[in-house]
Amino acid sequence: MSKELEYFSKKVASGKMDRRAFMGRAAALGVSASMATGIMAHADAHASPVKGGTLKAGLQGGESTNSLDPATWASDVPLNFGRTWSDTLVEVSPEGNVQMNLAESVDASPDAKVWTFKIRQDVEFHNGKTLTPDDVKATIERHSDENSKSGALGIVQGIESMAIDGANLEITLSEANADLPFLMADYHLSIQPNGGKDGVDAGIGTGPYKIVENQPGVRHVGERFANYWDAENRAHADTVEVVVINDPTARLAALQSGQVQMVNRIEPKVVELVKRIPGVTVQNVAGRGHYVFIAHVNTAPFNNVDLMLALKYAMNRQEMVDKILQGYGSVGNDFPINASYPLFSDDIEQRTYDPDKAAFHFKKSGHDGSVLLRTSDVAFPGAVDAAQLYQQSAKAAGIDIEVKREPGDGYWSEVWNKQPFSTSYWGGRPVQDQMYSTAYLSTADWNDTKFIREDFDKIIIGARAELDQAKRKAMYRDAAVMVRDEGGLILPMFNDFIDATVDSVGGWFADPNSGMMNDKALTKCWVKA
Amino acid sequence: MNSIWTLLAQRIALGLLLLLAVSILIFVGTQILPGDVAQSILGQSATPTALANLREELGLNDPAYVRYLSWLGGVVQGDLGTALSNGQDITEQIGKRLGNTLFLAFWAAVVAVPLAILLGLMAVRYRNRWPDKLISGLTLASISLPEFFIGYVLIFFFAVKLRWFPSVATVYDSMSLLEKLNAIALPVTVLTLVVLAHMMRMTRAAILNVMQSAYIETAELKGLSAFNVIFRHAFPNAISPIVNVVMINLAYLVVGVVVVEVIFVYPGMGQYLVDHVAKRDVPVVQACGLIFAAVYVILNLIADVVAIVSNPRLRHPK
Repeated sequence: MSKELEYFSKKVASGKMDRRAFMGRAAALGVSASMATGIMAHADAHASPVKGGTLKAGLQGGESTNSLDPATWASDVPLNFGRTWSDTLVEVSPEGNVQMNLAESVDASPDAKVWTFKIRQDVEFHNGKTLTPDDVKATIERHSDENSKSGALGIVQGIESMAIDGANLEITLSEANADLPFLMADYHLSIQPNGGKDGVDAGIGTGPYKIVENQPGVRHVGERFANYWDAENRAHADTVEVVVINDPTARLAALQSGQVQMVNRIEPKVVELVKRIPGVTVQNVAGRGHYVFIAHVNTAPFNNVDLMLALKYAMNRQEMVDKILQGYGSVGNDFPINASYPLFSDDIEQRTYDPDKAAFHFKKSGHDGSVLLRTSDVAFPGAVDAAQLYQQSAKAAGIDIEVKREPGDGYWSEVWNKQPFSTSYWGGRPVQDQMYSTAYLSTADWNDTKFIREDFDKIIIGARAELDQAKRKAMYRDAAVMVRDEGGLILPMFNDFIDATVDSVGGWFADPNSGMMNDKALTKCWVKA
Repeated sequence: MNSIWTLLAQRIALGLLLLLAVSILIFVGTQILPGDVAQSILGQSATPTALANLREELGLNDPAYVRYLSWLGGVVQGDLGTALSNGQDITEQIGKRLGNTLFLAFWAAVVAVPLAILLGLMAVRYRNRWPDKLISGLTLASISLPEFFIGYVLIFFFAVKLRWFPSVATVYDSMSLLEKLNAIALPVTVLTLVVLAHMMRMTRAAILNVMQSAYIETAELKGLSAFNVIFRHAFPNAISPIVNVVMINLAYLVVGVVVVEVIFVYPGMGQYLVDHVAKRDVPVVQACGLIFAAVYVILNLIADVVAIVSNPRLRHPK
């Protein structure tokens, strides 16, 4: 960063220069707009926080059926509100590292089988109880219970036993896993007193805000918890509020009319218009989420490698990014990992649209007739359009794709993971192992491409125990190439998270883990004086 | 008067029978929908173990008729049960939502019904002249536009540009009545515009129909003013078709406003019902369906009674 730019960004941070002027100065110095925004955001995040006021977020993804039980969280509203009143042991930082939270330190045995979490001593629950390692143990127990309906069941299943030694919680795994701390950052594993066994949806946590109002599907309000343990870095606003606004137009109107200060999920097709609204900033960040076309490779005709290759070459990835994401994303390469992941190998050849190759493999496959692709609006925003674009690009290669539009209601229970060829999305995971273990291991419940390969499983399970990072990276490269060339995954695009804030919001920084600053915008941002 | 009471009793008994039939229909309908509540709760994150556990916990393994009968047994005792999806008490949850829905419907009706009738009377008074054409034109235009479009246009001008009213109409207990009215100003306006034309046109047509009668001519001949003729002599005899249309529109204001609720983020019954249909939460869907059906039955009952009371020929049958 040039000296001048640094000087200007400090001026912005201290409020002596507005954004527009800064962008002007930056342009004069020959800096691209996106880079200038980045520098400015950086300056903002390091300006000193202002305490007080109310932060209101208008969010998509809330239903009147939402519960305060962390085990059930799946959509944006319970998640964002959950992060205001509860904490996890560790967090994943924007750079992709493990950051201590309710745990003070984490140590692993050399074989990555025994993990010791030192639990903070000075943390208080909203009901006055002090946090102990027992609470953490009980929380993990509850989520790994046979009768659990927890979304974290798969994560904690690998735990063989837990023991408490003073302030330490010792977790022994049945199989080595070098990524365990990342798994503990899962939002389902929010620590509750006695693990929530005395009331799963009591809404008592150690988070920066206490629950004042909880009306599922309408609004959720929290007020600052006086004895919060990390008040220096979080809990800047006195009150935080989540208003459930599922309609995208209503969400934007609420932002424009100043009724909320931040909103999530701006649709790519309106981003350019939103950018023109004075006083509103679009906050987008490239993440790990991706949109997919998935085929079951154990089912005819998709068990034919040549047909799969034909379908992969027939996908025009750049067109998808341009037309479906309006440029707010990046092209995929038919394996579920991108540069946002640690240990990513960037030397795997990028697959591009090639109708000739597609036609060649299609002919070689001997497949006759059309291929049925099922899709729905709920698969991902623009999924039906994407399927039609794909139909056109495949047609150029002589492949006839029949697009069948399924109702959104019931799509996840009747089509996804059941029908042989459909569209879907993945939110991404903090580490490669978790992504592969969730959806590509032979034994995975959500193995939605039915990729059943012993040699692949061996690589992934072997990589878990491998503490030598170079070797691990090489193993993940092998796994990626396998999925790319032999799997049933067609991955045209990784999508950006696109949120928007008004100018009175301070402290926003880009976090590729998830939208809304990894769902922590309400606790980490502040209202500018 | 005796016959009115008999009629009322008959109507109420018939209404109860209807509600029972509706509850069976809704139950069957939710059974036909693909997927079940356990699958809907867990969504994409449904593992077979989690599914089996949740089904067991929610009692979804019992046969359908057992579940229906146990639900019916509860309802008869005034217990709507607990929501399968989040374990909250339905009666308490619905109470709040229904209160909000009725609040919005009430204020929309307070504005729309007198306005529609007044405009109808004026249209008759100035029949086929410019006020009549203006009234008809405007109200027909507003009913022809989809409500979400009117909603977005109002939001754009009155919430975003002028900032007179909020675009988010969420109301909650700690607000004063005035704050609540300010919050629902825009949705009330939209609803008024949507129901106005139907009631106004019916008022106009019903009164015009009566205006052909001989006694209207008599009233005119004895020198009554035009408005007096319409209001004192024509209107009372046209009341029963008008009440019918008003009741249908009131029912619409209660049960048909889900689009307006979504646009203005209003916490009413519509959104509540849609959320639970998506989750296959049968007890809640049934409770909502029952309430909606009851609203229709009651409002129609009122329309019938008013029609009889306002018509001496029906009041004193030979």
